[in-house]
Amino acid sequence: MRICCCVKRVPAPGARINVTADGQAVDVAHLGFAVSPHEECGVEAAVQLTEAHGGEVTVLTLGAPEAAEQLRYAASVGAHHGVLVPTDGSGWDPQRTALALTAAIRTLEEAGGPFDLLIFGNESADSGGFQVGIRVAVALGRPMVGGIKGIEIDGPTVRARRETDAGFEVYELPMPAAVGVKEGINLPRYPTMRGRLASKRLEVAELAGDALPGGQAMRRLHRPAEAASETVILGTGPGAAPSVVDVLADLGVL
Amino acid sequence: MSEVPAEARCVVIGAGIVGNCLVGHLAKLGWDDLVLLDKGPLPNPGGSTGHASNFIFPVDHSKEMCLLGAQSADQYRHLGLSVDSGGIEVARTPERMDEFQRRMTSATAWGIEARLLSPAEVGELVPYINTAVILGGFYCPTVSVVDSLETGTRMRRIASEAGCRVFANTEVRDITTRDGPLPGVRTVEAVVTDKGTIRAEYVVIACGVWSNRVANMADAYIPLVPAVHQMADVGPIDVLAATNNEIGYPIVRDMDTFCYERQSAGSMEVGSYAHRPILHHPDDIPSNDEAALSPTEMPFTPDDFDQQMEEAIELMDMLGDAEIRYAINGLLSLTPDAMPCLGEVPEVRNLWSAAAVWVKEGPGMAQAVAEWMTYGYPRVIDTHGADVARFYPEERSDTHIWARSAEHFNKTYGIVHPFEQWESRRDLQVSPYFSRQQALDAEFFQARTWERPQWFASNADLTERYGLQDREVEWDARWWSPITVGEHLNLRENCGLVDLSAFQIFELSGPGAVAYADRLAVNRIDVPTGRAVYTPWLTPDGGFRADLTMIRTGHETVRIVTGVFDGGRDEFWARRHMPTDGSVRFANITEQVTTLGLWGPNAPEVLSALSDHRWGDAPYGSLTPVSLRCGDRTIEAELLRISYVGDTGWEIYAAWDDGPRLWDALMATGADLGLRPTGGGVYGTSGRLEKGYRLMGAELESEYNPLEAGLARPRLKAADFIGKEAYAAARAAGPSEVQMCVLTVEDHSDRAGRKRYMQGGNEPILTADGKRITDSHGRVSRVTSAGPGPSVDRYLLMGYLPRELAGPGSELQVMYMNELFPVRVAGTGAVFDPEDRRLRG
Repeated sequence: MRICCCVKRVPAPGARINVTADGQAVDVAHLGFAVSPHEECGVEAAVQLTEAHGGEVTVLTLGAPEAAEQLRYAASVGAHHGVLVPTDGSGWDPQRTALALTAAIRTLEEAGGPFDLLIFGNESADSGGFQVGIRVAVALGRPMVGGIKGIEIDGPTVRARRETDAGFEVYELPMPAAVGVKEGINLPRYPTMRGRLASKRLEVAELAGDALPGGQAMRRLHRPAEAASETVILGTGPGAAPSVVDVLADLGVL
Repeated sequence: MSEVPAEARCVVIGAGIVGNCLVGHLAKLGWDDLVLLDKGPLPNPGGSTGHASNFIFPVDHSKEMCLLGAQSADQYRHLGLSVDSGGIEVARTPERMDEFQRRMTSATAWGIEARLLSPAEVGELVPYINTAVILGGFYCPTVSVVDSLETGTRMRRIASEAGCRVFANTEVRDITTRDGPLPGVRTVEAVVTDKGTIRAEYVVIACGVWSNRVANMADAYIPLVPAVHQMADVGPIDVLAATNNEIGYPIVRDMDTFCYERQSAGSMEVGSYAHRPILHHPDDIPSNDEAALSPTEMPFTPDDFDQQMEEAIELMDMLGDAEIRYAINGLLSLTPDAMPCLGEVPEVRNLWSAAAVWVKEGPGMAQAVAEWMTYGYPRVIDTHGADVARFYPEERSDTHIWARSAEHFNKTYGIVHPFEQWESRRDLQVSPYFSRQQALDAEFFQARTWERPQWFASNADLTERYGLQDREVEWDARWWSPITVGEHLNLRENCGLVDLSAFQIFELSGPGAVAYADRLAVNRIDVPTGRAVYTPWLTPDGGFRADLTMIRTGHETVRIVTGVFDGGRDEFWARRHMPTDGSVRFANITEQVTTLGLWGPNAPEVLSALSDHRWGDAPYGSLTPVSLRCGDRTIEAELLRISYVGDTGWEIYAAWDDGPRLWDALMATGADLGLRPTGGGVYGTSGRLEKGYRLMGAELESEYNPLEAGLARPRLKAADFIGKEAYAAARAAGPSEVQMCVLTVEDHSDRAGRKRYMQGGNEPILTADGKRITDSHGRVSRVTSAGPGPSVDRYLLMGYLPRELAGPGSELQVMYMNELFPVRVAGTGAVFDPEDRRLRG
């Protein structure tokens, strides 16, 4: 199988994200960076598929030169190739991003043949546009489903499963196809030490690509107020029992 | 959320291992009105304690670090929060194998069980290690793994039960101070937090990597910088998981790659001190909210760790297939001289530092600070090396802190020679003769910030004159030259000129100056004007706090002359005990006065040639004003008849700006009389040792008193002084249990037939049958100073010995590099000119 997995470099989750004073960018002073979590699962899914069915995984990203780190990370967990579409690091809207990625995928396919499967994260952890995957798939004329939490290959068909309130929906897509995966599809492996060291040998290919901005423009970033929470320690040991009873009574449980 | 109280006797800022243990120890010592603050949540507020690897390797060459580490390990054990996992340092190089011999020596000195292992023996203890890449191991079965967070919680609980109030999630915004009551020193007033202001008599900064930033709020300094120590947790690893234990195998320190491998349940923590120094300003550390993990677990920078991973896999192949599940750029504190910052800060009275302390020393150092605050000086051990007052102003700058911390970070597991010199931040303070000394190819050693010639390569001809050879073994010869022996012999035969401009010189003046000086000093300072008094200062417990010269320079003036290593601490002590009535003024006149030592049998003739007086008959210890003809000018100077090298001559004090002219005149006049520029190797070592003169920080520490050091005068002075009560009690108790002795090395040959030379780095002195020697206080007999005695043709050592072993001729042994060398007690005083004929001219 030939799989292309698109990833995005985003601030590592867990940290409070501050924005710069002018509201035009994320303040990266204290931030580490990672592959966006849905996409990390996408890489894992791609690697598992090639482990099961043979083939190679190409990881594609668009971003500043530092995004090569995320390509190496993907290589450290089993991806075979890494391709960077370099930008100046400014935030590109989904339309522009999708056009550039589409062009890059076309170039890669011209050189190496079509990808059987394009894997995207359902949405990125930072801007959460939910758009890039579907735009690329449409541009390339590939069938696509999003919100996927299970992938099986059955001959020329991809069977993709997604959760709904009522249970599961299962789609069958003829390859070449595209999917947008969600966290929970798998538990991504950590890189091993050898994997990390091997990833240093990854030759990151660069493909120039650009497109005109789309219709969506960022005006200003702001951080929503956090809901304050307070923990009240009722006590320790048996002495805390009356307080617990009071709380349960207040809640109407008793 | 509770609001903070309006007042407390003592506020401790920081609830990591140090702050928690500090309030616990203070509570044990009777402090009840305590407040403990931290800006983070409990029990892990987000400082360095929270991500520490929590192991203690007990052997350290430094007495202070080793014994406070041992004290800490014992406290963890006493709480039941410690497991003796054992630990092995492995060597990949012959140099490291030699270092292990040195570590065995230190282990013997401090009474720590240790043994050397062959690669196969390492493999028996650590079956997953690649024995093919190591040459051997140094094994300590008492290496321990501790639970620092729970220890902190327990100690905090002890304090809470004694009345300590604890406030988490409380951020310090300011520390306010007020002027006085000591002249020129502010006093701490209050801690301003986001929950209110607490007026406090004492404030202790124990907030690790943030300590300098918090100190800066009070315009004070705790010279440390947050530095990255990378650590990755890799697993799962079946052989580790099978132990069913947090720690089932000995910790391995891969010393030559500066890494460690420490089991943590089913995974391995691989930590490194090998990567490039990565330093951060405290302002660049994220808050608890901003941090993905915790403020001091910063994002991992994998590029810095790749080489360490390769080396770790080489040592333990199984690590290669283990997943990197957690990896951080963990922050810890580094200081400009690799020692902690303990004690009251010089800038603000009652503002204390307990910082730059790692988990391995936390409880012991907290105890030391608690005792310091309670008794006026630590009882557990002398902490002079960690005293925050040791730093000179130049050492408190970020430029200096960063440069020095960057330089020594990679030496954390390095092989550091006892006399190793810094490469960065040199020439910070130089004497007036610096350019002249450079022209004479001086080899400069830096004493804190001051450059001092150790020897002069221009004197290389003296090695031929006296038939001197270099040392046979590189380690012994490193930072040493036979030229220094040549300079010594020339001084004894002719004369030498020693630059003493790094002396730290203070002046007490005013109507209360002499009485105050007497309050500081053991010996009487209320002497006739023009007399110098060599005297200890004592701690309140009667141990050595300082050792210096005080000169009655006038009716209401006393000059204090002390060594450069102790200048900061001695200035602190002198200023902290001053009367508050304005009767005494203090001035640091170091950079106004230059000092030259002119000694040797020809010294009087050299000096006489520059004046109309025939010098040589002045009484010892007298200060005499003099006019000296220096070229076309006459300069005014003072001659102090005194000598730390035990020879005829003077310390000459002159105005700083007159120094070059004085040097030139002396060198020109002395040329025909054999005068040579002479370095610190003679002044601080060979000349001193031949006379048995004690050195502060080596022979003289707070665990010892003047009786034991052989510095007690026949009578106790009438005037009161700090430490008098304890000192009087010691005198009344009869002969001291131990005596400071001078020993001679009787045979220098090691097993390979090479001549070896001890460095004075705490080598243990053993009985003739190889047993450690300790006294009833647990103080161990060890070499405090070592060096050649060229004029007595013996290599000399100093050390405390129990009275029964201290008699002249007593035959003992000294361990050096894990080999035993026979030594003999020469006596308690001078081996050269014991009648002081030369001194008295």
